[in-house]
Amino acid sequence: MIGDGALSVDPIVVGVVLAMAVVTYATKTGGLWLLNRIEASERLEAALSVLPGAIVIAVLGPELAAGGPAEWGAGVLVVAVMWRTESILLALCTGVVSVVALRAVV
Amino acid sequence: MENETETNASDGNATGDATEISGSTDGAEPVTFGWRGVRAGLLTCVPIAFGVAGYGVAFGVLANQVGLSVAEAALMSALVVAGASQIVAVELWADPIPIAAIVVTTFAINLRYSLMGAALQPWFKRLSASKAYGSLFFMADENWALTMRDFRAGNRRGAFLLGSGIAIWTFWVASTVVGALAGETIGDPAEYGVDFVLAAVFLALAAELWEGRSSLAPWMASLGTAVIAAEALPGRWYILLGGLAAAVVEVIRHDR
Repeated sequence: MIGDGALSVDPIVVGVVLAMAVVTYATKTGGLWLLNRIEASERLEAALSVLPGAIVIAVLGPELAAGGPAEWGAGVLVVAVMWRTESILLALCTGVVSVVALRAVV
Repeated sequence: MENETETNASDGNATGDATEISGSTDGAEPVTFGWRGVRAGLLTCVPIAFGVAGYGVAFGVLANQVGLSVAEAALMSALVVAGASQIVAVELWADPIPIAAIVVTTFAINLRYSLMGAALQPWFKRLSASKAYGSLFFMADENWALTMRDFRAGNRRGAFLLGSGIAIWTFWVASTVVGALAGETIGDPAEYGVDFVLAAVFLALAAELWEGRSSLAPWMASLGTAVIAAEALPGRWYILLGGLAAAVVEVIRHDR
């Protein structure tokens, strides 16, 4: 299929892609746009202050729950390396290397 | 640390200072926007962008399988820049194209970005609209996480999201082309541990964001809600719901 036109572009496909791009851009900018327009109360600031950690946990929870011992073990190592070294690169490399190694043994 | 003031020629500032200060009253330092921030974001994000590229290849392969040309797949990666929603979109792809289903699903999967963008607001409200909204085009999960980390470390480099986003965008589009050209010949990204990159970045960030006991209640609310919602609902609603549950818990605690 790729041979008969890697560069071919169907106008309908372009239309769908543009529509996807527009709604995605709306989601990326919508939160900031809304917050810039409303008066931030103390309660709202309290709510916003927990958002970064809460989003991180919400992404991680189901991801780790779907994993197994290899992912959990590698996850513990990532957190341990992060606490000791505060280097995200070192933590990342530890995580990827250890998950591959652990998947090979468990 | 910040011993040079960043300049940006496109921005005339009435104070004569090249940095931007919004009309805010809290008197905090301004947020800069310049090459140093772009560079810092780019360099920090390159190793992580390799992980993103693993998914780009997977997306390219899938797009090829459903009949998108290399150019069409690359166009989608370049303009949409949201991995999970693109992969789901090509899974929904059929002939004729179910346009409404694809667009609505894309919106639902990406709604979490509104919450992420909201979390950037304390810093981004100090940037001009074109810089803030321009940078947000390049926001993905990974570089959002790195940017939050950079801001919370006390750096006020407003261009960090843009720089790290350019790294993501470049690897994402290039790897889409590689995947679409290679078709089925490339193996599973899990073989190389690439599927663990996002989890590793977020775990590292969680280790840093932990503020002791005050984090416990909102984090447990988010975790519980997300795990249950991930089982019960399609797409990525669980991220949005987890974040909102934590915010509600924190507001209740604030009111007491």
